[in-house]
Amino acid sequence: MEKILYLAHTQPDGTLPKIAFEVLSAALELTQKLSGATLSAGLIGGDVQTAANAIAGAGAAKILGVAGPDFASSRYASDAEALQVLIRQSGATLVIAPATSRFSRAMPGAAYRLNGRTDTHVSGFETDGGKLSIQRWYYRQRMMATMTRTTRPWILLMDSGVFQPWQGKTGTASVELVPVALTEKAKRTQVLGFQAPAVSQQTIRPDAELLFVAGAGWTKKQSDGQTHVKEAEQLILDFLAKTQASLGSSKSLVDQSTEGAAVLSCLSHLNQVGQTGSTPRHPKGLATCCHGEEPHVVGWRFINERRAVNLDPNCGWAQGKADVLYVADAFQVMKKVNELAGKECVVQAK
Amino acid sequence: MSSGFHIVVCGSLVPDPLQTLEPIAGPAGPALKNEMMLPSVLDPWAAHALYEAAHLAKTAAGSKVWLVSLGPKAKLQQLMMTIAQKAPFELVVVDGSASGFTDPFEAAAALASAIEKIPGLDRSRLLVFGGCASASRDASVTMQMIGEQLGIADQFLGVDELTVQPSGAFKVLERIEGGQYQASECAGAPAVLAWATGNLPEPPNNPQVGMANMRGIMPALQKAQPAKVGAEGVTFAKVELPQQKRETRIVKDVPVEEIAKEIITWIKG
Ligand SMILES: Cc1cc2nc3c(=O)[nH]c(=O)nc-3n(C[C@H](O)[C@H](O)[C@H](O)COP(=O)(O)OP(=O)(O)OC[C@H]3O[C@@H](n4cnc5c(N)ncnc54)[C@H](O)[C@@H]3O)c2cc1C
Repeated sequence: MEKILYLAHTQPDGTLPKIAFEVLSAALELTQKLSGATLSAGLIGGDVQTAANAIAGAGAAKILGVAGPDFASSRYASDAEALQVLIRQSGATLVIAPATSRFSRAMPGAAYRLNGRTDTHVSGFETDGGKLSIQRWYYRQRMMATMTRTTRPWILLMDSGVFQPWQGKTGTASVELVPVALTEKAKRTQVLGFQAPAVSQQTIRPDAELLFVAGAGWTKKQSDGQTHVKEAEQLILDFLAKTQASLGSSKSLVDQSTEGAAVLSCLSHLNQVGQTGSTPRHPKGLATCCHGEEPHVVGWRFINERRAVNLDPNCGWAQGKADVLYVADAFQVMKKVNELAGKECVVQAK
Repeated sequence: MSSGFHIVVCGSLVPDPLQTLEPIAGPAGPALKNEMMLPSVLDPWAAHALYEAAHLAKTAAGSKVWLVSLGPKAKLQQLMMTIAQKAPFELVVVDGSASGFTDPFEAAAALASAIEKIPGLDRSRLLVFGGCASASRDASVTMQMIGEQLGIADQFLGVDELTVQPSGAFKVLERIEGGQYQASECAGAPAVLAWATGNLPEPPNNPQVGMANMRGIMPALQKAQPAKVGAEGVTFAKVELPQQKRETRIVKDVPVEEIAKEIITWIKG
């Protein structure tokens, strides 16, 4: 019988991120489906009471916590130790936790210390015959495996966007605080804070309904034999301002900045989608001036409705990947879209 | 920082991303169709780590770079033809599977053991570099486990920038949620840095660097230690390609205004 531990960490304001509630839904579903399984929770943060209260109604048998200034921010050495202690204390055989940057960094270290195993990018599970199998992608979202493990503890880092967030009532939780002693060696790193990338403005909006993917065509010579980089940037930024869409980019386009070419100043490598970029989740996606497989296949893996604008009717990667391919000049199309959209054109999810 | 760093880059081969990949059932679990024949590249994020390592070694006098690769040695030999001219490094080969279906725990153990055996490696000024995820297993866990086996407490994932101060302390920018960075300061080596794309372009081929590297590459391949890297305790029920082909409606020879209106109607939903 599995002993399940749900783990989450607080945000700087003491609340839990959305993905933590999604993974709580997953943990509850797993507990229900694995007969005889029990669920406890573990929280890490500067102060975990607000977070504990937020999940008080979920029905975890107990809520363990590691709290204090050393655990307020995301640092490998302190997090790996806190996670290790929580998992050990709970006696968990299965651990389920959100794949935040903080846990993605520290959880493998905790797994190593426990001689457990960890699987990341988990995007679903099956419990046929009372035995847990997980689904995870391999080769950068190119193939999906269904697999199981015998080693325990088995630690699962779940991707966002797979489960609906748990929406139970806030309560008053009693947290069993677990002491974690840190050596001086664990404090050699100091977190200084957060920083935006060096771009003209922030264009990455993970919760946006629409992902706008810009390809290298935006900076290539157009029918008049000239490039129109400034105009391209203005069109894209206008569109983002009107729709609140998130901006993705092909690798070719972002690479131009490191290669010294004229570039869109709103883009950094963080915008890149695809194999060496991100694979964001949005209900809709509009790819413009992209030819590559990567923006259309890997970058679009988790985009539900997809449309593309390209001058080339044979854009092979849009065909078969997009629902609609508009064979047209993206400069003209986006100019018109911006004109017609008026001041605001908030995107609706279906 | 007078004595520089000992930088070990962990990076191996992955199928060229432009290849079509098809999973098959192999004797020891899932594999790729024609796996040994597929053209390979240096794992893209590990390649960025190698370029950053070479750049750092140039700026911190007394530094040295090793590239530790776990993969079938015949394929690594081919790969070296393309990367030897990119940056100066000493190669350490661990001859084993580079399949994405091997377990990162086992891959990490093989790599860490190889690092432990590098003659003359000064662990007090060791920086272990690698990619933040591989394009094969895509787990983002291997580097941390290597660091654990080596007893390294300071680890960073998704690094785009490393700035070393004269004292040897350094500042790191790591990718976090929402297109932001977390900035941290670490007292100094030893540390593990798993890189995202960093800030450097792919270096041009330098035949002189290639010649110098090649002198060490052949002996390194000959000395390669075999490693049994699998996925103990894992059972794969199936591995499938997503059935993703969509019926694409091609809209052609239509006035721009009509297209724009259709797009707006669609995004307004
Ligand atoms: C190791 C490795 C890793 C990689 N990782 C990634 C990755 O993470 N992400 C990624 O995207 N790629 C990745 N690639 C693939 C690579 O960089 C592709 O070449 C790139 O994605 C293709 O760029 P693109 O689609 O922007 O544009 P291009 O191939 O340059 O095509 C430009 C397109 O713009 C169109 N166009 C031009 N002007 C207009 C106009 N006015 N209106 C409409 N259309 C127009 C053209 O018809 C053309 O189709 C990787 C490659 C390798 C080798």
